[in-house]
Parts: sequence; C-alpha cells; structure tokens
Amino acid sequence: MQSSVSIRELDLSFGSINVLKQLNLEVQDGEFLVLLGSSGCGKSTLLNCIAGLLDITDGQIFIKGKNVTWSEPSERGIGMVFQSYALYPQMSVEGNLSFGLKNAKMPKAEIKERVARAAKILQIEPLLKRKPGALSGGQRQRVAIGRALVREVDVFLFDEPLSNLDAKLRADLRVELKRLHQQLKNTMIYVTHDQIEALTLADRIAIMRNGVIQQLGTPNDIYKYPQTKYVADFIGSPAMNFIEGELKDGIVHTQDTQFDMQDYNFKESPKNGPVWFGIRPEHVLVGDSVQNARHSLSVLVDIVEPMGADTLVLTHLFGSPFRVRLDGQFSVKTGEQLPIGINTAACSLFDRESEQRL
Amino acid sequence: MDDKTLNSQKNKRPTRLTRHLNAKIASVPMILTAVVVFVGCSVWTIVHSFTKSRMLPKLEFVGFKQYDRLWSTKRWLVSVDNLLIYGICSLIFTLVIGFILAALLDRKIRFENTFRTIFLYPFALSFIVTGLVWQWILNPDFGLQSLVRETGWSSFTFDPLNNPDIVIYGILIAGLWQGTGLIMCILLAGLRGIDEDIWKATRIDGIPIWKTYLFVIIPMMKPVFITALVLIAAGIVKVYDLVVAQTSGGPGLASEVPAKYVYDKMFLAQNLGQGFAASTMMLVMVFIILIPYLYLQYGGKRHD
Amino acid sequence: MTDASATTPLDLNANAPRGQKPKKRFAPRNIMLYATLFVFAVYYALPLYVMIVTSLKGMPEIRLGNVFGPPLEVTFQPWVKAWSEACTGINCDGLSRGFWNSVQILIPSVVISIAVASVNGYALSNWRFKGSEIFYNILIIGAFIPYQVMLYPIAIILRELNLFGTLGGLVMVHTIFGMPILTLLFRNYFASVPEELFKAARVDGAGFWGIYFRIMLPMSLPIFVVAIILQVTGIWNDFLFGVIYTKPDIYPMTVQLNNIVNSVQGVKEYNVNMAATLITGLVPLVIYFASGKLFVRGIAAGAVKG
Repeated sequence: MQSSVSIRELDLSFGSINVLKQLNLEVQDGEFLVLLGSSGCGKSTLLNCIAGLLDITDGQIFIKGKNVTWSEPSERGIGMVFQSYALYPQMSVEGNLSFGLKNAKMPKAEIKERVARAAKILQIEPLLKRKPGALSGGQRQRVAIGRALVREVDVFLFDEPLSNLDAKLRADLRVELKRLHQQLKNTMIYVTHDQIEALTLADRIAIMRNGVIQQLGTPNDIYKYPQTKYVADFIGSPAMNFIEGELKDGIVHTQDTQFDMQDYNFKESPKNGPVWFGIRPEHVLVGDSVQNARHSLSVLVDIVEPMGADTLVLTHLFGSPFRVRLDGQFSVKTGEQLPIGINTAACSLFDRESEQRL
Repeated sequence: MDDKTLNSQKNKRPTRLTRHLNAKIASVPMILTAVVVFVGCSVWTIVHSFTKSRMLPKLEFVGFKQYDRLWSTKRWLVSVDNLLIYGICSLIFTLVIGFILAALLDRKIRFENTFRTIFLYPFALSFIVTGLVWQWILNPDFGLQSLVRETGWSSFTFDPLNNPDIVIYGILIAGLWQGTGLIMCILLAGLRGIDEDIWKATRIDGIPIWKTYLFVIIPMMKPVFITALVLIAAGIVKVYDLVVAQTSGGPGLASEVPAKYVYDKMFLAQNLGQGFAASTMMLVMVFIILIPYLYLQYGGKRHD
Repeated sequence: MTDASATTPLDLNANAPRGQKPKKRFAPRNIMLYATLFVFAVYYALPLYVMIVTSLKGMPEIRLGNVFGPPLEVTFQPWVKAWSEACTGINCDGLSRGFWNSVQILIPSVVISIAVASVNGYALSNWRFKGSEIFYNILIIGAFIPYQVMLYPIAIILRELNLFGTLGGLVMVHTIFGMPILTLLFRNYFASVPEELFKAARVDGAGFWGIYFRIMLPMSLPIFVVAIILQVTGIWNDFLFGVIYTKPDIYPMTVQLNNIVNSVQGVKEYNVNMAATLITGLVPLVIYFASGKLFVRGIAAGAVKG
C-alpha cells in the first residue's frame, strides 16, 4: 500500500530542548491514525510539523510522495481541524469555508459548489449565513471540519477536535467522524489524549511519550499486547494493576504466590530477573469463574465504587493497590473477603529495568 | 519516493534571512526606533556629556568636568532637591490616596461610576492645563486664600506659588490632582482581581475589614503596587510641563526641576554640555528606580 | 448525627429572626464612606468648576469676588476672545490657530503611530523572528528613558532629514515615542487571540498581510479604539515635543495656551485665560467622558507610558 504521509528521522528542538527525537512514521493511504499521549508528549507538536506550522530542525516530511519539508502549510495538501475550532469570528460560516479557496484564487463558481457539497455532507446548510458566535459548540466543530473538507485534500489533520465539547456531544461527533472517514476514505491523522477516542476511531494508534513513539499498532494490539509498561499503564481505564515479582524459569514469584506463566506468550525465551506482573482490572475473575482460574486468591475489599454497569473494587494485593472490575449486578461490601482468580494468559510481563514487554 | 522524487521537487530552501520576509520588512520602523533612537540617541547623549560642547556638539573630551560643574551649580542642586521632595511626597500621597479611593470604590457603593469618573478626569488633561488652573486657584488675591479670608479669618495665609519655601508643595497639589486617578484605577483593577473567596474566608474568620486590607489584601497586591510605584517614579523624573505652566520655575529658582534645567541649557542657554550631563543624570536616576523593578519582574523568570 | 440534631429543641421565640435581614442604610460606616468620597470628589471636581465659572465672568466681577463664586452675569465674551483674539507675541488671532495646528498634528500622528505599532505588535506576537524579542525589549525599556536624553540627537536627525520645525518631523517624533506603549498594547492583544486561528489562516493560505487585514484587523476593533483614545489624549496634551520640534506658526495648542496665559505683557485677563485653558482641555475631556470604560482600559493598559 502507498504511504500517504511519511515522516523520516524528524527532529525538533526549541533551543536545547528536544521535543521530537529521530521520529519515523508511515501513514497508509486512507488510514485513520491516532496520535495518543498525555500532555507534553509531543503529539500536537508532531501534527503541527506535518502541517508546516512549525519549522522542523532536521529530517523530512513527505505527503503523497511529495517532499513538503520546506513547503508552506497551504501548499501541503492538508486540511486541519483545531481544538478551539479556530473559526474566523467576523466571517459567516460560508466565509469561513471559502476563505482558503479564495486565497488560492479559485473561480467563484467552483468555490460555491465545493461549499455546498461540504455543507451537505456535514448538514450545516441552514447555518451558512450565520456568524460562528451564533453557533453551538457542536455546530462550530462541524464548520471547522467543513473548512478542511472544502479543500478536497487527501490528508486531514485533527488537533484534539472534540476536547472542547461536553461528554454527550463528544460521543455523537465521534460516531460522525468515523462515518465521515468511511465515506470519504481520506487519510486522517488525529491527535488526542482521550484513549476512548483513540480506541474507537483509529485504524492504528501511535502512543507517544517524550517525543518518541512508544508503540504503533491497532487498538486491539495495543490493548492486548502493550509493548512497554508505560503503554500498559496509559491504555485501559481503570489502569492496569502492577505487582512486583521475580521471574524464575517461567514462574513469577511474588511475595507469597507463584504464577506459572506457561500460558503466557513470551516474545522471546524468557530471561530470569525482576519483573512487573500486570493484570487489567477487567481480566480479574470473580464469582463462579474463580474455580476455573489457574490461580485463585482472596483479597480484602477496601472501597466499593458502583458505576452503574460496572462496579469497581479497590483492594490490596501483596502491599500494592489492586483494582478489580466487576459486573454491576455482583454484590460486594466493604470489609468482605473477595475471592479472585487470575489467568496468566491475559497478563502482561515487563522487565523491571527496561520496562519492555517480555 | 526516493532521491529522484526528492530532487524533482523545486522546493526553494528558505534562507534564514528571507523567511517571513514580510514580517521583517514590517518591523523595520520598530527596529530603527529601538536601535537608532532609544539606543543610539541615548548613547550619543551620554558620550557627548563628557565633551566641552557649548553651542554645537563637538567631540572634545573633558572627562567629568561637565558633571563637576553640574553638581556645583546652585540651580541644579535646587532642582534635585525639589525633585526629591516632590518625588517622595508624590509617591507617598499618590499611593495612599490612590489606595484609599480604590478601596472605597471597591466597597460595592452606589454611584461608583460617577465617583470614578470624577476622580479620573484630571488625568485626561494636560499638565499645561493642570498647571494653569491650579495657578489660578492658588492665586492669593482671588483664590483659596481670599476665600478663607472672606469667611472672617483675615490673617490666613496660603500663597505657595509666591513663597519659595513651599512652592514645590503648590506644584505637588496640582500634580496629585492630575495623577492619583490613574493609580486609583490601577489599584482598583488589582482589588477586583482578588478572589471573592478571600473576602468570604475573612468574614467567616471574623477579621475586621481594615485588618483584612492591611494584612491580607495589600500583601496580595504586591505586584500591582510595584507597577504603580514604577509608574509614579518614572513620571516624577519627567516632570516638566507642570512646572513651566504653573510657576515657570519661580519664584526665583525655587521650583526648578531637572527636566527644565536640561531644556533651558540645551535650547535656550546654548550650553549643550551641561544639558547632556544633566540629562544623563536623569537617565541614571530612572535606572536606579528601574533596575530593581526589572530584576523583580524579569530576573526571576529566567530560571524556568 | 442526624438523630442528634432532630432532638435539639429549636429556639421558637416569636421575635426570633425570620425572613430578610434588616439593612441599616445609614450605618455609621456607610456615612463615613460616602463623606470621604464626597470630600475627595470636591477636590477633584473643583478645578473644572472654577475653570467654567471664571470663563463665564466679566473682568470687573472677577476683581470683586473670589474664584469660587458663580457668575452673576454670564458672558461668553472671554470664550470669543480666547478663541479668536488673544495674543501671543506677534499673532493676535487667538487659540484657533493652535487648535488647527494641533488637529493637523494629531490626525497624521494618530493614524501613522497606530498603523505602525499595530503591525509591530502583530509581527511580534505571530511572526517572531530571530532577534524580534530583543528589539521589543529595547523598545519597552526605552519607554522609561527620560525624553530629555534623546531630545538633542533627535533634533539633529530631524535636521538631517530636513524635517526640523515641520509638521512631518513632529509626526515622526510622536510615532517614535508612541511606539513602545502601543506596540505593547497590540502585542498583548494579538497574543490573546487564539493561536489556532492564526494557524488555521495559514493552512488556508493567507500570508503576513492577508492574515493581518482579513483576520486580525476585523477582530481588534476595541483595541484600536483604546489605542486611538490613548494617542489622541497623549498627542493633544503634548507640550515638550511641540515646543522643541516646531516653529511658532505651527505651535500646537498647548504651547500656544501657555504663551497666552504666561505672557508677561499687558493686564492679566483671567477670564480669557480660563476660557483658553478650558478650550484646550475640551478635546481630551470630551473623549474621556464619551469613552468611559474604554478610557479606563486604555490607561490601565498604557500605564507603562509613565
């Protein structure tokens, strides 16, 4: 498959601070790629570099096979949607949509046609004459998407486009974005710090930390096989439980239990040494399934947090905090002993030193 | 997408200089002003203050001779004295009155806008207008003195503009009238910037209002006070128009100020060297005030 | 805990506080507060009152009374005289000459200084280049340098440019000395415009001037009004630059006013002087009273001017 956006050995530094370090990334044609990370990880910076809004220090950027490393943002064949919508307040919706086309000296008739087409796709036709100030947050974001749409480019860049919306609207627009992508089949690069957005929208997710991509993979891959402890901790809510242990000949020795790892899919033949033993709260077995588990234990319930569909239980295991996610119907009280089961196939093991997956 | 595609791109490498060329061209007036006027002209004056220029500037250096002369000239010494008295009084009264007015206006009073409008309007007027109107109000035959005498207190004397000992206070009254409104506004903005919850907390703790101001609010407003202080101080050094309009430096030399000394030496007495030396001294005064401020304001920021 | 509070007997006294808390309108504290404000208000309002009443009196009445008495017989003669007959040295055509001079100085100075400074502020907040911050810092520190330090070399520069003693020269001086504060004002304003808006415009292919004229200008009307207020008041009230860099026939109003009032020859006509003073102060006063809160914003923003 052809690369739509290709980033090679990209470096960006402000003074002595290296924000992006030797970054390589290939985005396939028509792919929905999400750049995910906590604030300050360099994900927005990377997007701004792709857009040409930041001058890079070293490396190359190709879009559709064209080297755009030194091109102006408007010459790169991209459309961009911003978190704050960034609509021009004094122009009508129509003016906002057509501003870029007018700058490109496009014939009036074609501008009109394109604006009409984008407005139809986004269902904002009745709003065309209004000013952004008279629109709701959701409507504004649609206009902002429309502004990228009219450019009829191959690559769309989204910089946390849903972060300013309330939870319900966010969920609605998320679905719409997905539908839009299925309809248009453009390449989309999408920056967010919200893992739900990332997991639901992405074809592939790139998890960034300190200007480096920690893992690039499908949502399923990233959830099931996090390559580093950081990724494991970052993806999943509530976060993965980690227990300190010692790996010895395929068996993890913790304070007073041993986990036999023969079901576990080791990347290479395991080396003995200190490890993190990670298990997701939702993978802890309770109730009747405990008896089928390879390992069963009992934990003391500290706090119960009912959340409707699920119930979250906070406990301790071998001195570290330990969370268990239960079905909302499961009855459990503070102070009780809760029998739990653990299947090592669903666990993750990380080297304690390098924090890399084993 | 290999070297062939790369080379086929007719991408011009933007050089350092031509990148954002329009922005640089548009900044030319600013760069010229900063470099030629603010740096260039100041340095020129400082350099020439060490020469024996009289009618025309000339580069014949005489060391600190101009400064020796300056500090042994009675008129300059009076000017500096006046500036000190005016400066210290103006600083204290402007801050105190400005804060009292701001605090009063902040008490959720009625007619706040009316009061603020009255307190601030003098700031819209020039020092020339200010000086002239106070010259008239302080006129001994028709003004304040005669009004009090008409009420029966016939020995009352308040004639600052004709009394060398207190003339500077006559100017101070006018200066305060013109300038306190500004400081009030700045301090009021500072008061409004204080979290309402602070007031709620002190009410729940039962702290009297005056104590709240003194021990809670004023310390919180330190940055605003520093800004106000620098503003007043920088303004004081430049005092010129007010004196020219109100007293023309009189009676005698009693209300001379450094800015007037500079102007008179440079443009009337054709003693440029003295003018340059005096203006350099003014620059020194400003920097003595400014350096601690700049240090407080920007010195701390370097660390992050 | 809930049980305990239910059993505590309630204070059911018939006179127990109920409903709205009574307000003491004339509490001693309030009287003090308003009295203090009133006294200050008199101090601040008095000079304006004195200017007005004196300018409406005839000379005989002034000689008999004091400055604070209201005019017994209102006359507009002093105003007419101040405007069109008062003498400064050789000219006896009143303040009107100075007024028109000031207008001629004011309009180009305000327009040019604001145009230059707004572009500066825009470049500084959105198009930083290497060294731009250094020039900006010099500019801001320069705002604190006493004008006296730069007066003479500027006179030399103006002479070399053949602008000394001309309107153009004075306009240039006002543009230069208005630059620090106005640049600061515009830079801070443009910096508060969301950066994403600027990025969006760049993606849309707008350049330096395109973004300035199409995006930034239409958004920044309020700050332009503030800048205009600041500059009109400042330039109108200027005395120092007017007296140094212009010649008598193009003296601005403030200089002419000072010459009229403080001229030593002839009998002092206080009513004419006050009328002249009032006329000179009228332009900034009208702007002040008409602009209200914007003026406050302007001076708070322009506070560094000092």
